Amino acid sequence: MKILHAIGLTFVLLLATLSSSDAAEAELRAIIAKFATATDFSETGAVVRELTATGDPAVERPLAALADGNLYVRTTDSMVFVGQEGDETFQLFDPLSGEAAGEASGDDITKISVNNTLRRAIRDALGTLTLGSKNPAVRIAAADTMFKTPDASNIGPLDAAIAGEIDAVVKALLEQARAASVLVSDQPEADKLAAIALIGSRGDRDAVSLLTSVEANASGSVKDAATAAIANINSTLALWDAGQNIWYGISLGSVLLLAAIGLAITFGVMGVINMAHGEMVMLGAYTTFVVQQVIRTSFPDLFDWSLVIALPLAFLVSALVGLIIERGVIRFLYGRPLETLLATWGVSLILQQTVRSIFGPTNQEVGNPSWMSGSFNVGQLAVTWNRLWILVFALTVFAVLLYVMKRTPWGLQMRAVTANRRMAASMGIRTPWVDALTFALGSGIAGIAGVALSQIDNVSPNLGRGYIIDSFMVVVFGGVGNLWGTLVGAFSLGIINKFLEPYAGAVLGKIVVLVLIILFIQKRPRGLFALKGRAVEA
Amino acid sequence: MRGSFSTIIKTFSASVVAAGVLMSVPARAAEDTIKVGILHSLSGTMAISETTLKDAMLMLIDEQNAKGGLLGKKLEAVVVDPASNWPLFAEKARELISKDKVAAVFGCWTSVSRKSVLPVFSELDNILFYPVQYEGEESERNVFYTGAAPNQQAIPAVDYLMSADGGSVKRWVLEGTDYVYPRTTNKILEAYLKSKGVAAEDIMTNYTPFGFSDWQTEVSAIKKFGSAGKKTAVVSTVNGDANVPFYKELGNQGIKAEDIPVMAFSVGEEELAGLDTKPLVGHLAAWNYFESVNTPENKKFIAGWHKFIKNNKRTTNDPMEAHYIGFNMWVKAVEKAGTTDPDKVIDAMIGVSVPNLTGGYSTMMPNHHITKPVLIGEIQANGQFETVSKTPGLVMGDEWSDYLPDSKDLISDWRAPLNCGNFNVKTGKCGGKGTN
Repeated sequence: MKILHAIGLTFVLLLATLSSSDAAEAELRAIIAKFATATDFSETGAVVRELTATGDPAVERPLAALADGNLYVRTTDSMVFVGQEGDETFQLFDPLSGEAAGEASGDDITKISVNNTLRRAIRDALGTLTLGSKNPAVRIAAADTMFKTPDASNIGPLDAAIAGEIDAVVKALLEQARAASVLVSDQPEADKLAAIALIGSRGDRDAVSLLTSVEANASGSVKDAATAAIANINSTLALWDAGQNIWYGISLGSVLLLAAIGLAITFGVMGVINMAHGEMVMLGAYTTFVVQQVIRTSFPDLFDWSLVIALPLAFLVSALVGLIIERGVIRFLYGRPLETLLATWGVSLILQQTVRSIFGPTNQEVGNPSWMSGSFNVGQLAVTWNRLWILVFALTVFAVLLYVMKRTPWGLQMRAVTANRRMAASMGIRTPWVDALTFALGSGIAGIAGVALSQIDNVSPNLGRGYIIDSFMVVVFGGVGNLWGTLVGAFSLGIINKFLEPYAGAVLGKIVVLVLIILFIQKRPRGLFALKGRAVEA
Repeated sequence: MRGSFSTIIKTFSASVVAAGVLMSVPARAAEDTIKVGILHSLSGTMAISETTLKDAMLMLIDEQNAKGGLLGKKLEAVVVDPASNWPLFAEKARELISKDKVAAVFGCWTSVSRKSVLPVFSELDNILFYPVQYEGEESERNVFYTGAAPNQQAIPAVDYLMSADGGSVKRWVLEGTDYVYPRTTNKILEAYLKSKGVAAEDIMTNYTPFGFSDWQTEVSAIKKFGSAGKKTAVVSTVNGDANVPFYKELGNQGIKAEDIPVMAFSVGEEELAGLDTKPLVGHLAAWNYFESVNTPENKKFIAGWHKFIKNNKRTTNDPMEAHYIGFNMWVKAVEKAGTTDPDKVIDAMIGVSVPNLTGGYSTMMPNHHITKPVLIGEIQANGQFETVSKTPGLVMGDEWSDYLPDSKDLISDWRAPLNCGNFNVKTGKCGGKGTN
């Protein structure tokens, strides 16, 4: 009897909870339905506020969909759905349960538009609601949002979250978010001073941003503490800034190195002034584009591998074009730099216009694979993945090239031919073929540089133009005919440039670098690392 | 040695022939056609933007011919390629007017190319339709400006950012490419912002060279400037190729539109076509037209464009709409004047009103600028803009900015009796600044 009674009680209780959650859901649905009648951003904003005021975690789905621009109204019955764009039609989902709710064509549904202000409001609202999420990354995002938009009413939920938090990293962030909220509340001064100390220990730009607004609104010892904390953070940040400039310089240097390294072979080793060098880079970038196009249409799963697949192809395409140019034009012009310059300039124009006729004059989209997107922090230094990979890639290319030149028979022949052509010929080396292959190698390396540069620059027919001057500058500065010179030249020009830029601006910085190089060449006409002996005769 | 000289000659003649073939569609000497000149770069740096405009003009001329031409004659396009070379613009303009005897010219993109052809147009008395947003401070008898003046783009854009909807921005970064349009626009904006009570330390101005590709320092400076506890926005007049690396760096360094929005004046659908826009959702642009505008005229225009260019993915953009308006105005003015004689057409142009693509009418004003609505759009994940704000009425192009001390007293009126492009209302004299 007792057991039966207990079961009965449980049943009743269960029913009660069910019906109360039904009532809550019905209430949410009623609010969500108001999106259909909102005519402008402020009305949509009012609905968003009403939804968040319920405090129900279930509003996360519709709000997140709204922020992403995926919330739609069906015109026939004014029902609100989460929509996902398919090939022809939209897949509809229920905004609360997420269950599939049929399809609709684009004409039958209208998107609920959002703007930045709304997106921000939604993000802030979601921050509070997602504090209890199981995923630590979501909790971190929530703590971050709450830190940036402090509100006295956040203290309660944050206290609860801190008490239940097991992850030390998340806990620290939550405490900082709580401190931020304390600063805008009317808590006693001692609490605020502790909060400032805690935020000061965070030491990043967000902390400065927050403390600056506190400093402007506070008075007395709180204001003084904020001022002191800001000064403290700024002095550390100044050090990080210097580190950042060095990193930016290295990163720019790696781009310069990539662009110039092919030229270090054709111009540096062979002595050919190749004005079409930039176009070889461009061909490499376009090869990447074609590879990605094929992958997108036929093998979408391989997209993250697109760059790896593009590398050998870009090398082959550019090397082949280089070979044709050498056999067709340059071999008749050895030892006549002016004529080579003009002829290769003509070739570069022809290549540009050919690409323009085939692919059109507009930019082509080359996507970043997921492992090259975004950034990570080292202390206060933001390092972007694509820049880091380009640096690694540039150094690898350099090492491989150095090995080929110094350790392989082909490299030996190359060096022999450039050092003394007639002697090499009489030793049985087929000099014309060595010339052709060396030029093809230089061009092919420019092609793989194009693969990397497609990740940070426009893929357009003009891509090569932007790099040709810089490449020559690096090679001349580093010392013609010396690969190590190119390496050192690229990195020193990159770092000098990035140290000048914050003070002189990008335009003046570039001018200053040019003037410095001219002065340097006056002093050392053969660059940083001049080759001695007969190699430079040609 | 063997025959290398002849090889150079061969190489060069080959490239010259190739370039020649690509450059000009030879003008056929048909007797009873009206010739229309198209002066847009088809090669060189500006080809990226200008080639589309050439195609748009060819489409408009085709459509007009399908409707029966003009004054009972067929229109004939004469296309030349000034190759992004400013002095060549003047030469090619002269060639179009003197040799091909065109009735009007549609062309130019950069301000420097427009300045380079101005003397040719006034000397030979012909008409130029200029379709691109520009810095203002000019009004010429022979030029009709169908793109936006600063008050039809820059000022409403800043107003939007200052409004509650735009995020009540208090701190401003003016980021631009180093040439005349950004410098003048930023000068006007700075004066305007200061007139609205923005302190000098809340404005940061920075310029970068053409085609700049390494934005790390600039983007981190923006981040730093934005962390002063006040809502910050970037107003970007960065031009052309430099935009793609700029936006890529913004995305990678995690600058979100909700925190620091970037409002661009030179980024349209065409520029976004080369980008993955998912990290950029919410960044803004101010134009007088977006491809996403939902009007019957625009749908028809886009359908016609896709059919003409035989590619359903090609986007349309603001300067294309400007040519659409300009061309239709010219057709109407020629019909009104009953002749293609430039002198008569110039007088007939003022007051001509034609439908634009955003659901209203644009009218040619006496200062040779037109009335347009101003739209603010946010970038969407599909590479299009979504309009988030539209001026309630049409905005009249103001050629002499009211915010620059040099030009605030100047007006332009090309009707009789004034007939002057830079009339000084203080001194009551025609002339003064602006004749440069």
